[in-house]
Amino acid sequence: MGHPILNLVAQRIALGLLLLFLASGLIFIGTQILPGDVAQSILGQSATPEAVANLRKELGLNDPAYVRYFKWLAGLLQGDLGTALSNGKPIGEAVSYRFSNTIFLASWAALFSVPLAVILGLFAVQYKNRWPDKLISGVTLASISLPEFFIGYLLMFYVAVILGWFPSVSIPNESMSLLEKLDTIALPVTVLVLVVLAHMMRMTRAAILNVMQSAYIETAELKGLSPFTVIRKHAFPNAIAPIVNVIMINLAYLVVGVIIVESIFVYPGLGQYLVDHVSKRDVPVVQACALIFASVYITLNIIADLVSIIANPRLRHPK
Amino acid sequence: MNLRRIPLSAIVGMLVSFGFLFVAIFAPLLAPYELGQSIGDVWEGASDKLPLGTDNLGRDLVSRMIYATRTTIFIAGAATFISFSLGSILGFTAAVKGGWLDMILSRAVDLLMSIPTLIFALVVLAVLPANIITLILVMGILDSTRVYRLSRAVAVDINVMDYVEAARLRGEGTSWIVFREILPNALSPLVAELGLRFIFAILFLSSLSFLGLGVQLPDIDLGGMVKENKEGIIFHIPAALIPAFVISILTISVNLVADWILNRTSDLKGGRG
Repeated sequence: MGHPILNLVAQRIALGLLLLFLASGLIFIGTQILPGDVAQSILGQSATPEAVANLRKELGLNDPAYVRYFKWLAGLLQGDLGTALSNGKPIGEAVSYRFSNTIFLASWAALFSVPLAVILGLFAVQYKNRWPDKLISGVTLASISLPEFFIGYLLMFYVAVILGWFPSVSIPNESMSLLEKLDTIALPVTVLVLVVLAHMMRMTRAAILNVMQSAYIETAELKGLSPFTVIRKHAFPNAIAPIVNVIMINLAYLVVGVIIVESIFVYPGLGQYLVDHVSKRDVPVVQACALIFASVYITLNIIADLVSIIANPRLRHPK
Repeated sequence: MNLRRIPLSAIVGMLVSFGFLFVAIFAPLLAPYELGQSIGDVWEGASDKLPLGTDNLGRDLVSRMIYATRTTIFIAGAATFISFSLGSILGFTAAVKGGWLDMILSRAVDLLMSIPTLIFALVVLAVLPANIITLILVMGILDSTRVYRLSRAVAVDINVMDYVEAARLRGEGTSWIVFREILPNALSPLVAELGLRFIFAILFLSSLSFLGLGVQLPDIDLGGMVKENKEGIIFHIPAALIPAFVISILTISVNLVADWILNRTSDLKGGRG
């Protein structure tokens, strides 16, 4: 067999693919094999038996569940997400436009929150147990308890409506330049950054503190290395894995947080699309969107695992 | 227990939390108006008679918020109760029994946790009837995965203690070991977790209702009130901010208490408190 690290990486990727497959099954089960008739619950109690029978036929509910699942899965693998019940259009088109919007929003949020969190985390370590550190952990405790929509509407009310600095709804379009688009999404990005920042910072602080308390850091300090060299050559390489892990977990959280933030600012992203179709009980759209969100979430978690495997020198240079 | 050793933040947290509980229990006595009673103009400002003004349909904001607090606390409490009973009993049983039962339960929980809770809840709510029972069950079952992990981890440690071994040798059954040996000794870390799960349930319910997928009219909860009044924001009317602020106060005060219990139990390191 090859290098042991390659085996580990291959194993982890295979496990991730298996998890993805099982998750698709779970999402399918969640909508199909629940007690009661799906067609009936979509149409409501007042529906006529003919309407229910028609919808059953349209959804293919007369086939056994496993046949429907594999049909759905086969379609997905060929890039066919199915057709929406509510307007009869293919889901793929609507999803790709909205997914790119969501990625646009989430990646700008990540671009600001990740460096800010790492810098503030380092800052908290530098002033450990003094007032900057205490202030940071107090703010963290508060911001973990706040619902996203409180921060969202607070910003919308004071910054957009009263001060008028940014638009209160965020609907970018194709004709806008990048700068105009950024102006449009400034508030949702700020909310997302605030939501993940505290958590990311707190975990970065813990990860660096953990490394700084190791015996080899003390040795490095005692043999007279400058603080900068200690951090660059000894602390940082060992803190990469936990920090990347924290970042990935929070990016995964960002993907979920985006659903609520999109609803606040009426942003045309995948999250809002999903929520709209849950209330319309449009099962094929809900399944497709849920699977996309779950895939992104699982992929980010696998990347976090892979980075911590690769960043581990014991695995990289086996005896 | 020495009352003076309780930090100020925990005392404030406890007082505010009990205040919320009081409001929730005595809602019909405290609210000046009925839940759906329209008493004035749309989004009237604050006055002597109406301390916070009216909402999007001219109903008293204070009365409506008192009832909404009751719904929020009731549903979040019931969901937390379910997630705790289900999660801890399954977690303890998995740790005590071990073998294939532990294997199947743990992998099932891993799978359920691989999909974000909100996403899976949306999937299930797309087909289930929209009512309070469904909400409580969905929230409770999805959140029990977190309680399962914690209680299994705690119980695995306790399971190898001498007194559990002694109970086994005397011939006690699984339910005795779970309820009489493991549960009393696992209680303190679980109580700290209880607070955090309750906060999560409040935030989760509020988010669902805010998205229009949680509590349905004519019932109302705090998240639903934010949704009702959100259109006012762009007309300089901050009515939606008030219920959102109340949710924040509720979660922060419970968090202050949970934080204190967490520190207290981790300081004791398994000692009797």
